[in-house]
Amino acid sequence: MKLVTAIIKPFKLDDVKEALKAAGAQGITVSEVRGFGRQGGHTETYRGTEYQIDFIPKAKVELVVDDSSVDRLVDIIRNAASTGKIGDGKIWVTTVDQIIRIRTGEQGQDAI
Amino acid sequence: MIFSATTIDTGATAWVLISAALVAFMTPGLAFFYGGMVRSKNILGMLMQNIFAMGLISILWALVGFSLAFGGSGRYFGNFDFAMMKDISSLGALPGYTGEFALAIPVLAFFGYQMMFAVITPALITGATADRLKFSAYAILIGVWAVVVYPTVAHWVFSPNGWLFKRGALDFAGGAVVHINAGAAALAVVLVLGNRRGWPKEAMPPHNLPLTILGTGILWFGWFGFNAGSALAANGLAAQALVNTHLSAASGMLAWLLIEKIRAGHATTLGAASGAVAGLVAITPCAGFVGGLSPILIGLVAGIVCYLALVLKTKFKFDDSLDVIAVHLVGGIIGALLLGLLADTKINSLGFDGALNGGGWSLMNDQVIAIGATLAFSFVVTYVIAQILDKTIGLRVSNEAELVGLDQSQHAEAAYQ
Repeated sequence: MKLVTAIIKPFKLDDVKEALKAAGAQGITVSEVRGFGRQGGHTETYRGTEYQIDFIPKAKVELVVDDSSVDRLVDIIRNAASTGKIGDGKIWVTTVDQIIRIRTGEQGQDAI
Repeated sequence: MIFSATTIDTGATAWVLISAALVAFMTPGLAFFYGGMVRSKNILGMLMQNIFAMGLISILWALVGFSLAFGGSGRYFGNFDFAMMKDISSLGALPGYTGEFALAIPVLAFFGYQMMFAVITPALITGATADRLKFSAYAILIGVWAVVVYPTVAHWVFSPNGWLFKRGALDFAGGAVVHINAGAAALAVVLVLGNRRGWPKEAMPPHNLPLTILGTGILWFGWFGFNAGSALAANGLAAQALVNTHLSAASGMLAWLLIEKIRAGHATTLGAASGAVAGLVAITPCAGFVGGLSPILIGLVAGIVCYLALVLKTKFKFDDSLDVIAVHLVGGIIGALLLGLLADTKINSLGFDGALNGGGWSLMNDQVIAIGATLAFSFVVTYVIAQILDKTIGLRVSNEAELVGLDQSQHAEAAYQ
């Protein structure tokens, strides 16, 4: 079992969600986050004074999947989130030890 | 003292009563104008300082402020004839307001209208001292200021017995009394108070510009009462002042946006708000003395010069946090000076002609004296008050309190959960 985490541009969130749903993903968790990568931040100007804003808004998408569908879903996220411009974000995959469905107590693969 | 009873005009009375309510609405408008510009941890502190002025200054005005501004026939100071609201409800006329200056409204209406000016003037200072002024020190500061500084300048300029009024200096609705006065006081307090921690290195961008735009709208709306109400009559002069006010705000906004676009690359919402307010400030002394395209010119000059004046604080390293000096002090001075050029007796026969209308330079001379006297008096007295407060109870919150913000440290509240 794997946890797929994707940091994407907020306006790409809908595209990613639709693509994942179409591909049969059972559920995703989304949060609004801020950060910087190679893109850096941006500048804002107030009354003629320029401010460097380091952290810019991004969307974080998380989903737990079984080992066999990891590569396919990562590709789907990548395609849906890509604009080809700097700041598109990153996807990483980590191993998950255990999953429990709260309502039924099911564990592991059955709980995905 | 016996004053001649004047005829009360119901139309004029109605308009001045409405105008009083319009001006009263400007203080909460100012609160939001400033509140949107501070960081999110300080917005309640800012709103509180403004709304608090409506409480404290109104009471002080009833006790002594009005009397010190409009009582007696002294050239430099009012007296205590009307203190504790003595005789105000039954008074037929005010000292000096006779002959061509006779009021067509009850003295009580004038009292109420002028009270709203007294309230908003010290509230203007809060933009310069944002994020670090201790609430208790603020309360005492503006309380003393509203008794010592405001009524004195109001007496000089507004009362027909005041020395600047008698000289011939013109100030229709408070360019000197309100804006130069508050701007000079703001500079004095900032110099004693010091800069915000981290300024100017750390970015302190506005946290909610929509609130600032809302506040701008309220200010703009209320300003019609401020300026057109100052005609103290419902007549053509009030209409002139209202139209002038609007046109100057409009051209002030356009001018600011244009120079901002050229120099900084973008036309911003904060720029639109700032330019409109700069235009409103500059037209304040002129509103009932100029006509034609003059208000557009006044707004234009104010929008550009106030924008350029923003650099003063970084150049001289004083943290006038929300640009009270660049907008109110500089804007007020621009209005007072342009009035020396553009005043027109065809618009208001009680005024004088400016240099461009064949009146020579004598009005300009009086305008410069009025600017200098107001600026010097307000700055020096406010500086002394601020120093005394700083040496006794302290003007500034602790470093820790500044770090957590005024909302939490001064009021034990949070604006946003």
